[in-house]
Amino acid sequence: MDNQLYLSSSPHIHSGETTDKVMRLVIYALLPATLLSIYFFGLPALSVLLICTLGCLAFEALSCKLLKQPLTLSDGSAALTGILLALNLPPSTPWWLSLLGAAIAILIGKQVYGGLGYNPFNPALVARVVLLISFPVQMTSWTTPAPLGSGIDAVTAATPLGEMQTAVMLTGKLPELAISGYTDYLLGHMAGSVGEVSALALLLGGLFLLFKKIISWHIPVSFIGTVLVLGGIFWLVDAGRYPNPIFHLLTGGLLLGAFFMATDMVTSPVTCKGMLLFGCGCGLLTVLIRLFGGYPEGVSFAILLMNACTPLIDRYTRPKIYGQVEPQA
Amino acid sequence: MSLAKEFSKGIWKENAVFKLLLGMCPVLAVTTSAENGLGMGLATTFVLVYSNIVVALLRKLIPSGVRIPAFIIIIASFVTVVQLCMEAWVYDLYQALGIFIPLIVVNCLILGRAEAFASKNPVVAAAVDGSGMGLGFTLSLFILGAVRELFGSGAILGFSIFGASYQPMLLMILPPGAFITLGLLLAGMNKFEARKS
Repeated sequence: MDNQLYLSSSPHIHSGETTDKVMRLVIYALLPATLLSIYFFGLPALSVLLICTLGCLAFEALSCKLLKQPLTLSDGSAALTGILLALNLPPSTPWWLSLLGAAIAILIGKQVYGGLGYNPFNPALVARVVLLISFPVQMTSWTTPAPLGSGIDAVTAATPLGEMQTAVMLTGKLPELAISGYTDYLLGHMAGSVGEVSALALLLGGLFLLFKKIISWHIPVSFIGTVLVLGGIFWLVDAGRYPNPIFHLLTGGLLLGAFFMATDMVTSPVTCKGMLLFGCGCGLLTVLIRLFGGYPEGVSFAILLMNACTPLIDRYTRPKIYGQVEPQA
Repeated sequence: MSLAKEFSKGIWKENAVFKLLLGMCPVLAVTTSAENGLGMGLATTFVLVYSNIVVALLRKLIPSGVRIPAFIIIIASFVTVVQLCMEAWVYDLYQALGIFIPLIVVNCLILGRAEAFASKNPVVAAAVDGSGMGLGFTLSLFILGAVRELFGSGAILGFSIFGASYQPMLLMILPPGAFITLGLLLAGMNKFEARKS
């Protein structure tokens, strides 16, 4: 029976790329940002990370059991969702909020649609937005970094984007930014979500993913590029009112979103043209929400809105089949 | 079909909200609390019962070519009655429901019953059908409103359930909460039906 002839249709060569391998590499890519955030925010960040990750794994196991499906814990997708969710929450998130987020991400964001590969929206972002809308107080209580061993528990503070929005609203002018501010943003010494603080660490992880060919350059480049160009235009028009593009790039969740969440294979377009369009849409919405919206940060809303457009984008960017002739109009 | 069956079909077997998914606009929009759901359901039931009766009475007089405008005029008359009464006696509820009271005119459940049932059946049967359908609609709105109010403000009909330390989940009383709750309730009902059969 060992030598039976095995017949199958093409393709015959497998790239060796499996779901669990992709998920594992993305988790590795998130390690620098994760470790740095634990260093900056200390135990609170660690507990948010642990609760979200373990919570997602537990809810995944629970739903597999309820739906009588084979256990899918080993593909790593639930763990990745948990880590991404934690990176999107403030370090001071109470435990029950993290757990609720994990439940929403896995049960409502993913499993009701039929599990991995069928979810139209990024589960971690669904959970973040649900929590942000439901619990605005807890979800916007930011703390400045209090590195491990500094003896301080936490100091509350506004995020740079939040500070900017309040100042523009009250005085119609931008607050003064010291040059040292940008170094802080780059390294991660600012108030914000667990994972969005260090631009450098996120960039490192993003480049690793690009190098490993897990993601292609189209979405991050068009996303960040659109934010830079559009933010730059507004800055040139009125530098006193709109922040410069570098501020846009280094603060908030732009890098985390562009490299790790907009590029989610399930919820983004498949063609190169589609990905470029997707990234531009994300960038456009992000800038509009940041500058004119009610919320200081718009990356998560932008990505979710573009997730909703993905089937449409895929439909209109379908490549022409080789040899097919367009019907004469 | 017996009158009892005409009455009970609206509550479970042909429930307007959970089985036929009719009249989704008020169902999703006003069920932010159990009280709003109940008020909307009762107002709709009143219109449904009386428009069914009048349509059944006039069913032989209305020419079939203009029946839809005729039904709409009958329904709109009763909606005006409900609106004025609510404005006079339950002003807070009237304010809370807002534009959705006049919009009862275009609730497809009411027009649907007029077209599918009242215009083909005698008066008593039409009245019973309207009451059953209306009661089913009211119950569905009440359940939906109660679930959303419970999680969205920690209370039912204004009575605190979870105590003062509960952090209300605002999303549940915002529009997305209506879709999520309705979806989960539908899933639960389908599961129940599947197990029964």
